Amino acid sequence: MMATLSDLKISEVKLSGKEAGKWGMVIDQDICTGCQACVAACAMENNISFVGEEDAGYGRSMHWIRIERFWEGEYPEVKMTPNQPMMCQQCGQAPCEPVCPAFATVHSMAEELNLQVYNRCVGTRYCANNCPYQVRSFNWRDYERPEPLPNQLNPDVTVRRRGIMEKCTFCIQRIHRAQDQAKAEGREVVDGEFTTACAQACPASAITFGRTDDPASLVSQLMKRRSHGVKHLEELGTLPNVTYFKGG
Amino acid sequence: MADHKNHAEHAEAHLREKHLMLDPLPRGKMNEMVMESMTEKPTWKFWLVFAVLSVITAYGLFYSWGVMIAEGLGVAGVNRPAYWGIFLVNTVFWIGISHAGTFISAILRVFKAEFRRPFTRAAELMTTFGLVQAGFSIFMHMGRVWLSYWLMPYPNQRMLWPNFHSPLSWDLLAITTYLLSSTMYLFLPLIPDVAMARDRSTGWRKTFYKVLALGFRGTEGEWTHLRNAMNIFAFAIIPVMFSVHTIVSWDFAAAMRPGWNSTIFGPYFVVGALHSGMGAVIIVLAVIRSTMKHMKYFIRAEHFDAIGKLMLIISMTWAYFFFNDYMVQWYGGDKWTKQLFHFHEAGPLGWMWFAMLIFNVAIPWAILWNPKWRSTPWLVAVVGIFINIGMWFERYIIVPISLTINRMPFTWRLYEPGIEIPLGIGTLTFFILLYMAASKLIPLIPVWEVQEGQMAHELKKFGRETVVTVSELE
Repeated sequence: MMATLSDLKISEVKLSGKEAGKWGMVIDQDICTGCQACVAACAMENNISFVGEEDAGYGRSMHWIRIERFWEGEYPEVKMTPNQPMMCQQCGQAPCEPVCPAFATVHSMAEELNLQVYNRCVGTRYCANNCPYQVRSFNWRDYERPEPLPNQLNPDVTVRRRGIMEKCTFCIQRIHRAQDQAKAEGREVVDGEFTTACAQACPASAITFGRTDDPASLVSQLMKRRSHGVKHLEELGTLPNVTYFKGG
Repeated sequence: MADHKNHAEHAEAHLREKHLMLDPLPRGKMNEMVMESMTEKPTWKFWLVFAVLSVITAYGLFYSWGVMIAEGLGVAGVNRPAYWGIFLVNTVFWIGISHAGTFISAILRVFKAEFRRPFTRAAELMTTFGLVQAGFSIFMHMGRVWLSYWLMPYPNQRMLWPNFHSPLSWDLLAITTYLLSSTMYLFLPLIPDVAMARDRSTGWRKTFYKVLALGFRGTEGEWTHLRNAMNIFAFAIIPVMFSVHTIVSWDFAAAMRPGWNSTIFGPYFVVGALHSGMGAVIIVLAVIRSTMKHMKYFIRAEHFDAIGKLMLIISMTWAYFFFNDYMVQWYGGDKWTKQLFHFHEAGPLGWMWFAMLIFNVAIPWAILWNPKWRSTPWLVAVVGIFINIGMWFERYIIVPISLTINRMPFTWRLYEPGIEIPLGIGTLTFFILLYMAASKLIPLIPVWEVQEGQMAHELKKFGRETVVTVSELE
């Protein structure tokens, strides 16, 4: 029998090109109200620094998720586009990964997510340049947390210092906690047992998070039931794991 | 009959005046001239410039960098989406400057271009000092510079290696290789000259040159070894030089960004580097010719003429690559690239795009075609200054301006430089400082190379005609 390409067992080289991913997100732009609750929840969950007035004015506010909106058309016939929450798309073939000289941005084998190893980052910012979604935030300074903000730091998440890149992790600490809990009880993680901070905070339930490789999960069901989902900049071959619904 | 003789003599005198190689001086005299130009007591003007530049360097480079390390990169203007700013512009710029040193010295040596002889050292010094500034610029750019050694492949307990998929890892290796090899290449032809200086100086200078000369006495065997070593280096450093700037271009070309992802960036960057580098060589030559003693004998109009021709050719090559790069990307019709090109030309910094073309193409072409203008040192130096500004603009357009436009219009934002400006000025003044110090410490003219050339050249008479002959040296 002739050997095929997939018989080659070279772990470094990905021959299949099917990095479908485990975890995914579905965002319904039609019901998103743009209330920014996800932005606030994300900042609290992930110990994101508050950069202060001056730096925020220069566009340096650090958010792992942002709500984008645009004007469409020419005045006076101007229309607002639907709100578009934008965060790390957890690409299967992430452009940020190969360019980091220090292996600080890597793909995890277990979660199939795109990780940022804070203590390995030296701050070349190449990953941020190469990210087509522009969703990475850089710690331009050591930002101080005024009282009483230090009291609400999440003990499960590292506090980052200056010179380090960071980005959305799909709340990997929550994934781990759920997995540990399930393991202790001798069962599998159930769909909907936990969710990310943004999805949890969304009052309109516009964000749904779950396993995309499980056809029974809510995320997979939504993606199947509503066929008009869009993945951003898919044409670049990044294999993003966030699906957007607009005008359904 | 007498008329013809006069005419021939006149032609000969004219040739001697024009060409350094045909205007020999006795060995001792020439050595003395070079020693004098080096050891001559610096004037108050020298010290004044030195002091001012030292202050600017201390503030602009060292103090500002210290502030940035302590405070974080927030004091600079880099921001999303222009995560790379003037730091990277300066890195590419200084590596570009450093290219011409090797180009002039190694390529012209390999091809035995005789006009190179008096200024190879001046060009090689530029390579080494330019790379020092490039190193400063790239390290400044890093968020956590104190961990920069992580980018070096060194054996460690955790088996952590740099990512060899990343162009930046190769960049660091290429620049390090280039710095080491160009420093050795600077040092080898320097040995006979410092040996000469050792024999003609006293005091601390004697000790200094004694150490540098490595006991060179000028025996037949020593010369053979030296020539072999120089020959190997001259050939080997040419591919290194090409690879360095190609790898620098991969930092951009390998990224998936509109305006960057261009296959022609490798040769385009190499030519761009030579363009700015030649301009810098000509500025340096014009400055040392007008400020240092006896330099008018060594560096003549013929050298400006010869380098002027090279500058013109390189300017044309640059224009060719520029056209190719823009034309093919524009023809591709990608909407983001189109948007970006519109931003280049008609954006708020559109004037920079037009200035780049005028400084890099229009001005050199308008001036350097004329042999008379090409032989006027100050004029060629002015063209060199324009080319360098133009090439700096080119890098500025490629780095922060191209970064402004990406596929997420929500994040578009103009880049406003902050502490990058004093830091950039600091690298420039530090470069000049190093050069000024070097001009007082090592012979800027490779005396042995000039003498060797003069011995090889002869004026011969064939009938009534005076003909220049060059004998094969190696």
